[in-house]
Amino acid sequence: MTGQEFPGKLPNAFMTAGTSSFSEFLMQVAPEMLPGRRPLPPGDFAAVSAHATTIVALRTAEGVVMAGDRRATMGNYISSRDIEKVFPADGYSLVGIAGTAGLGIELVKLYQLELEHYEKIEGAPLTLNGKANRLATMLRGNLGIALQGLAVVPLFAGFDVDAASLEEAGKIYSFDVVGGIYAERDFDSIGSGSMFAKSSLKKRYRRDIGTEEAVKIAVESLYDAADDDSATGGPDPTRDLYPVVMTATAEGSKRIEEAVVADVARSVIAARTENPYG
Amino acid sequence: MAMQFYTSPEQIMRDRAEFARKNISRGRNVVVVSCADGVLLVAENVSSALHKVYELYDRIGFAAVGKYNEFENLRTAGVRMADLRGYSYDRRDVNAASLAKAYAQTLGAIFSEQTKPFEVEICVAGVGAGPQEDELYRLTFDGSINDEPGYLAMGGDADQLKEVLADGHDFEAPLADAFALALRALSSSGGNGTPRELTKEVLEVAVLERARPGRAFRRIEGLALDALLATPAAEPEAEPAADEAAETDES
Repeated sequence: MTGQEFPGKLPNAFMTAGTSSFSEFLMQVAPEMLPGRRPLPPGDFAAVSAHATTIVALRTAEGVVMAGDRRATMGNYISSRDIEKVFPADGYSLVGIAGTAGLGIELVKLYQLELEHYEKIEGAPLTLNGKANRLATMLRGNLGIALQGLAVVPLFAGFDVDAASLEEAGKIYSFDVVGGIYAERDFDSIGSGSMFAKSSLKKRYRRDIGTEEAVKIAVESLYDAADDDSATGGPDPTRDLYPVVMTATAEGSKRIEEAVVADVARSVIAARTENPYG
Repeated sequence: MAMQFYTSPEQIMRDRAEFARKNISRGRNVVVVSCADGVLLVAENVSSALHKVYELYDRIGFAAVGKYNEFENLRTAGVRMADLRGYSYDRRDVNAASLAKAYAQTLGAIFSEQTKPFEVEICVAGVGAGPQEDELYRLTFDGSINDEPGYLAMGGDADQLKEVLADGHDFEAPLADAFALALRALSSSGGNGTPRELTKEVLEVAVLERARPGRAFRRIEGLALDALLATPAAEPEAEPAADEAAETDES
């Protein structure tokens, strides 16, 4: 007997036991809502959509810090100056996106719901490793469209509440378009400015730095990325636009107040005015 | 060919309803009360792992009595439906009424089409901007939907519990008072007229907090429950009210 036989009754997919995953459920009831399940004609479509750029994440003594610039581009054109690319994935983790902006934001929305859905159905959240693996699985579904120029690459970082000690609690995972997942030891960056941001972090990063210091070097690394990569936006005091910075610590995931980030960014600009090469 | 005996539709429905009612009435009770701080859901539940009270969505909770596998099935369906709707439209487009209606249709279809009805009674509770805007829906095994503003009770002794709740309910009461009332109602049944003592081991308590942004559902467990349980003892009027309720039941 299938649910569709009785008018009014919810379809059987709603009542089936076994899966706690929202994206698996979507695959059954509305596959067209999954980004990777939309048929595309052959060709490369990289030019049709805005591209989100640089994200950095670093481990601190208290957990992790993630920051992202505010620019999205379409070729030479700056399509957004105030896009936000770093999000809380749930209460203890953060996710940032680079690549096709529209698909990336959709992926984050689906991923946030995936974690919440699991938590509601199971009554307990996924482990941090479980969350990272789930993100990799979702990326694998996008491989087809990624190869057609619509790639999305996320960066995932979080505070592991099950960790044996505080030093091991902050964790960073990077991904590639095929869904490969890589645990990062200290810091990582994704997006077009990532090379420059990573070089900057390489010189500034020290293990066991505090959150406040980590916010400073994260903002500075984005400044360096914007310095050399035209697709990464630098701090913009004329429009009062500064990077989005978030932390995940024992207290949970939260965004650093814009006023605080603005102060940090202004001090970076002031320092670079004195000495342009940092 | 096997002989088919004729049974009238009235008889079939009556038998099914009686079957469901009988089994639901064996269950322990659940009380849902709307108060100033939000919607309080209290269940008498001996298990600490198998819940009777759950979160469906940001501002919506779920409570059930009856057969666990059946209401668990309905709960999962509700979470999926709410999440699907919130994902397709917006989080604010998910409301208690539409979930309750879908449940009603599903329960109704199962009742009339399948050999065995679901032996459950469920509540969909939505917390609003003010206590008067809270939505409490009670759904029975045959798909009937009841809009019961303020308070509701489910389980074997629901009618008796409802009398206690009707007597003491106040929309403007703080959470502690609402909890005392819920406890009074739950302990009024099953003690042969004298109120039973309910300890925290047999209570499952959750609240949809009105003031909390986003996901309003919060379980009250451990020390938080201890604190809440300590409050009614400090109130002298809690005891006589429970006695009164017991007396009215006997008469």
